[in-house]
Amino acid sequence: MSKISRDEVAHLAGLARLAVTEAELDTFAGQLDQILDAVAEVGEVAADDIPPTSHAVPVTNVFREDEVRPGLTREQALAAAPAAEDDRFRVPRILTEEA
Amino acid sequence: MTTASGGSLTGLTASELAAKLEAGEVSSVEVTQAHLDRIAAVDSAVHAFLHVDTEGALAAARRVDEERAEGRAASPLAGVPLALKDVFTTTDMPTTCGSKMLEGWVPPYDATVTKRLREAGVVILGKTNMDEFAMGSSTENSAYGPTRNPWDLNRIPGGSGGGSSASLAAFEAPLAIGTDTGGSIRQPGAVTGTVGVKPTYGGVSRYGLVAFSSSLDQPGPCARTVLDAALLHEVIGGHDPLDSTSIAQPVPAVVAAAREGASGDLKGVRVGVVREFSGDGYQAGVQRAFDAAVQQLSALGAEVVEVSCPHFAYALPAYYLIAPSECSSNLARFDAMRYGLRVGDDGEHSAEEVMSLTREAGFGPEVKRRIMLGTYALSSGYYDAYYGQAQKVRTLITRDFDAAFEQVDVLVSPTTPTTAFEIGERVDDPMAMYLADLCTIPSNLAGNAAMSVPCGLSDEDGLPVGLQIMAPAMADDRLYRVGAAYETARGALRVPELEVAV
Amino acid sequence: MTSVAEIMDYDEVLARFDPVLGLEVHVELSTNTKMFCGCANAFGAEPNSQVCPVCLGLPGALPVVNAKAVEAAIRIGLALNCQVAEWCRFARKNYFYPDMPKNFQTSQYDEPIVHDGYLDVVLDDGETFRVDIERAHMEEDTGKSLHVGGSTGRIHGAVHSLLDYNRAGVPLIEIVTKPITGAGERAPEVARAYVTALRDLLRALDVSDVRMDQGSLRCDANVSLMPKGSTEFGTRTETKNVNSLRSVERAVRFEMQRHGAVLASGGSILQETRHFDESTGSTSAGRRKETSEDYRYFPEPDLVPIAPSREWVEELSKTLPELPWERRKRAKEQWGLSDEELRDLVNAGALELIAETVEAGAQPGDARSWWVSYLAQQANTRGVELADLDITPKQVARVIALVADGKLTNKLARQVVDGVLAGEGEPDEVVAARGLEVVSDDSALQKAIDEALASQPDVADKIRGGKVQAAGAIVGAVMKATKGQADAKRVRELVLAACGQ
Ligand SMILES: [Mg+2]
Ligand SMILES: [Zn+2]
Repeated sequence: MSKISRDEVAHLAGLARLAVTEAELDTFAGQLDQILDAVAEVGEVAADDIPPTSHAVPVTNVFREDEVRPGLTREQALAAAPAAEDDRFRVPRILTEEA
Repeated sequence: MTTASGGSLTGLTASELAAKLEAGEVSSVEVTQAHLDRIAAVDSAVHAFLHVDTEGALAAARRVDEERAEGRAASPLAGVPLALKDVFTTTDMPTTCGSKMLEGWVPPYDATVTKRLREAGVVILGKTNMDEFAMGSSTENSAYGPTRNPWDLNRIPGGSGGGSSASLAAFEAPLAIGTDTGGSIRQPGAVTGTVGVKPTYGGVSRYGLVAFSSSLDQPGPCARTVLDAALLHEVIGGHDPLDSTSIAQPVPAVVAAAREGASGDLKGVRVGVVREFSGDGYQAGVQRAFDAAVQQLSALGAEVVEVSCPHFAYALPAYYLIAPSECSSNLARFDAMRYGLRVGDDGEHSAEEVMSLTREAGFGPEVKRRIMLGTYALSSGYYDAYYGQAQKVRTLITRDFDAAFEQVDVLVSPTTPTTAFEIGERVDDPMAMYLADLCTIPSNLAGNAAMSVPCGLSDEDGLPVGLQIMAPAMADDRLYRVGAAYETARGALRVPELEVAV
Repeated sequence: MTSVAEIMDYDEVLARFDPVLGLEVHVELSTNTKMFCGCANAFGAEPNSQVCPVCLGLPGALPVVNAKAVEAAIRIGLALNCQVAEWCRFARKNYFYPDMPKNFQTSQYDEPIVHDGYLDVVLDDGETFRVDIERAHMEEDTGKSLHVGGSTGRIHGAVHSLLDYNRAGVPLIEIVTKPITGAGERAPEVARAYVTALRDLLRALDVSDVRMDQGSLRCDANVSLMPKGSTEFGTRTETKNVNSLRSVERAVRFEMQRHGAVLASGGSILQETRHFDESTGSTSAGRRKETSEDYRYFPEPDLVPIAPSREWVEELSKTLPELPWERRKRAKEQWGLSDEELRDLVNAGALELIAETVEAGAQPGDARSWWVSYLAQQANTRGVELADLDITPKQVARVIALVADGKLTNKLARQVVDGVLAGEGEPDEVVAARGLEVVSDDSALQKAIDEALASQPDVADKIRGGKVQAAGAIVGAVMKATKGQADAKRVRELVLAACGQ
């Protein structure tokens, strides 16, 4: 049974900012289906009372002192920029405003 | 030169080279030049390197020689050459991660691993090929073409660190650095007949390692012998305040453990064979080589028992939810705004469109597939069923390890279910490809230490097989003790005859 | 699209609906460094001069939490009567935007560091209104974009944008209220009074510059209406870009009136972000998002959990300063103020400033007079809040001290204050640079007096003859000659003495 529709793939590609082609929509829909089928069994084993693990090593409270450390020079920061102007990163016009 | 290893210097191990350098029998410039010559001779066939830094390597070698002449040596490995996986930032070489997205990117900072190598006087020969952003088990996903297995140029060298493992097997370098997220150090080690270690998570700093899956990624040493891996482990390991997940404890005494192990006595060591990692899907020759290795451990005095880890069967599916989820977030930064590729900036397209066009053009199919999968697994409505459940499975796998390590000191299994497969064989079948990491993934999920050490050749295809040894977190020294003991008992391995003009 | 929204008469809104508010305040902490890296956290630096691999989101870089920011978060929580979590984590909030280098914000999601508290807010008539606090959590700020080619730097019509990441990674605390119900007609006032009280509290804690005009204190106002008698909340809108205390009140009032008009005409409110326009006092719809918000939160794997020990929390609770309301009580008693006087000072935002000026050594009377008269005028002409004037209580206290020591006249003192407000430096620097010190050297004055008497011999004779009131003309001439830098009282004494009186 197909879990993921072409539309859903298109929605995911939008969230992930991938301008996928029509052909890719089909390929990904098929492959994601296959992979999700195979991984769905994670739902079978772990009971509700099993706590999730987000970090492999149980360490807490790792902090840094509030002391200024040298960073990059502006030249270093901008060196790899696809475009720069007035000491800033130049990017194409921004359409939407986010939260 | 007619030897399979390319010559007298390239044929030596790192510790042998270190001894000759220390004794003044050879200079680092000579050793480095010998390896650069070997790279020049064989790398067009193997393609282990994405970038060779001839000038930089020789300059670093000269510095080490000068220091040594003044009676100083930065570390036991000072002057020994190394191949660095192209996933670590380097200020003097590009860092591409095997992706078009970062073609030509020269980072403005050094990774902690890079820094520690330089401080130890290790000579960095260049950057090695890898699956794009470390996603893959064959190095076929590199945007710059595949690396070939020196044992058979039609076969894969494993992945994602196929460049590092192949450089060792082709005697282009005595040492290499890899990163292991689901097996990317150990699986390439196994299929190229080299040693690869995934240290305890937090044992080696991730600062400057371009992240694939942050909670699983771990840098580690690659070498042709267990002792060499230990020497390198001590150079790169230890606490780093720039990595919040770095463990603030001394590096386990792995060199001492490797030397102790080499004496060949494993009396009192309890070894558990993982019951779940055998049977269907395991190549017969791999199984036989593994069984023989277990016999050998037993003969060395180890007490061998079978141990069940029932949740290991769920490690692969959990991994293929957690790793893509984290990667979908980690790789979001590649957006054409600050560095890297930019596509479609024609004055018409918006920033959003340029981001999407660039990511579409700059990422290969496997990377896109995992980003899509991770985006799905984290999205509202699916999080609990996928990502949340996978994190619970992670807990169950850690509990399996904890229970097992109450009974035994180390666990063993084959590193991979099969020997090296042919290039192209699994590219269209993601699930078949993912099976290559079946046995290595549990240690990434639980964060404990694991090693692959060569255990002979599979009798049906003559290709290398890996023995995986797993130890509890921060007990990395046990890997080295058992690995070195086994290595000594096993004896010298045949080396691959590279069918190239030398 | 840009049509003016219909609004309903305010009294009618109240007759038909009950307002529900929710206020989200973002505070930029004034730590030395950013939230996750050692870059300087300072306002107004050259673009991209305070950046590093971490806050630029370079591949491979990793965050490390600033201990001071965690400390500030806990202190804020304690001052807001919150519970401090035993254990909490950071999470990643995933969305793409060019001003966010990693394309995820490292924030806290379902595990905030402090939660469930309250703030008692004093309204204009002295009544207290309790605002319940849902949570306060730690996160990082974004970079700043400059839009080029559009009209007046607006995003619409821009040809391209320029990004400065100095602000990216600056520590933020987001403080979120529980739904505020029961405020009725006073809802706009409650909103303003809450943000004011919060600002005063944060200033007393010394954790932030709390400058709304510079963005170190930012308020988003959620407003919804429910029909009278109903207990089910209506659809809310979130108004952003509210840059002053007065705007908070106006924005809430406007949204109540707009919602009222929409609902009364049978329409429904869209859950959306709205932007407040200071000049018109109205709100307009933000661009609708094409893809629905799905932030795909998950625990930040690069950071370990935070588990503040109870000892640490206890220690931090001892560092809480006298809180504004306590200080108010004490000021009232010590300065002998009436209820009205206290309220006027509080409303003018002057009480804390006066108290700090007194703490810096000034007499309460002098401190009060400076803040409520000359400085209040200056704030008024500049259209800013008193607290946002570019002068600190310490600087005011210094000016008062200079007057007390006879080094400045009141007139000169005002010029010194003007200099400080103009960014010319500390009071003493302004005095030196502008040459404003009182001419107290009697011999220098004597010379000017002799000259004035010599040039007006008839006046001099009058004075000598006992007409002391004639001295005014001489004093005036001397003051003119010394460019007003003489103490007129002293000049008069010397003139009279010179004329044998
Ligand atoms: Mg927020
Ligand atoms: Zn920074």
